[in-house]
Amino acid sequence: MAAGSTYTPIATTTIGSTTASYTFSSIPSTYTDLVLICSGYGASVDGNVFVCQVNGDTGTNYSTTRLSGNGTTASSGRRTSVTRAFLSDASGLPNSSSQISNYIVNFMNYSNTTTYKTIISRANVASGTYPATEALVNLWRNTAAINEIKVFPDPSENFAAGFTLTLYGIAAA
Amino acid sequence: MWWARLLNIISGLLAGGVAASTTSYESIATVTVGSGNAASIDFTSIPQTFKHLQIRGIMRGSASTTSNDQVRIRFNDDSANNYAYHMLLGSGSAATASGTATQSQIIGMQIVGSGSTANVFGASVTDILDYTSTTKNKTVRILDGQDTNGAGYVVFQSGLWFKTPEAITKVSIFYPNGSTAGIGQYSSFALYGIKG
Repeated sequence: MAAGSTYTPIATTTIGSTTASYTFSSIPSTYTDLVLICSGYGASVDGNVFVCQVNGDTGTNYSTTRLSGNGTTASSGRRTSVTRAFLSDASGLPNSSSQISNYIVNFMNYSNTTTYKTIISRANVASGTYPATEALVNLWRNTAAINEIKVFPDPSENFAAGFTLTLYGIAAA
Repeated sequence: MWWARLLNIISGLLAGGVAASTTSYESIATVTVGSGNAASIDFTSIPQTFKHLQIRGIMRGSASTTSNDQVRIRFNDDSANNYAYHMLLGSGSAATASGTATQSQIIGMQIVGSGSTANVFGASVTDILDYTSTTKNKTVRILDGQDTNGAGYVVFQSGLWFKTPEAITKVSIFYPNGSTAGIGQYSSFALYGIKG
């Protein structure tokens, strides 16, 4: 028998005015996985990537492997010992309301205190200067449970008003 | 009930937050590997009351495989050559595509071998669509990857089970190469049902 319904919204926001970052804090540890779904565009600069830091960690404790296609070429890349997890890398956050980017990010087994945390992301930008569809796997080399997620455009951009971010929790039986 | 869902939506909107959970996504079962490791993880007696299944998991191998190996998936104990798969793989330096027809299993998530950096686990999200159908072959899609800070893979995969159509009642995830205990401690897979 099924154990019960899950995939529960924990928090959601729609950016009301231009802002450089958004932080989900005090994330309950009562779920098994987290799913973050985001959609929107940047306020001014074209082509930033979408990144996150967890638990306030700004050290070089993240790494990324990417697979992407830009309409012409499929490619793969890697970043090692970097200061943030790359939720997109080949696609660029557009700066126009007619060019929306979408992100679905899975924080797998985020609440355990035994394993390093693996983050799988899907990113899509269908038009604009840096269109691409991509998948990324990130490693955060820390065994702590994730209780805070800060997302922001990188290296320098703001979320435009209307950017939406929703965090869901999935609890295993 | 419809009125309860409506109240949830209204209360969520009034609070400036989101509506409470609906009941379309349910946890069915979870398997976490203990200290003895495991040769396979089986979800059995899967209820037929959902439209789709999703398996979410993390895994580390107990063998010394270090790169580009994957677990396998079978349905209903069928070990005949009734499967096919395709994958698009990113290695960190190149994107490659491959596929094989008429296999005895579907290729599953990437394995982090016991020789890799400690505490690193690969992760996967596997969707099994229309699993109760008795008229259609079954199609699976998988998004998975592992990164060890200097190596790793991220993969899109699709799989086909083309045995004479039958509802899926059992899913087996197992380690290849004849290992008897290849799925390492703390590996964990959770099965969810999605209603139609």
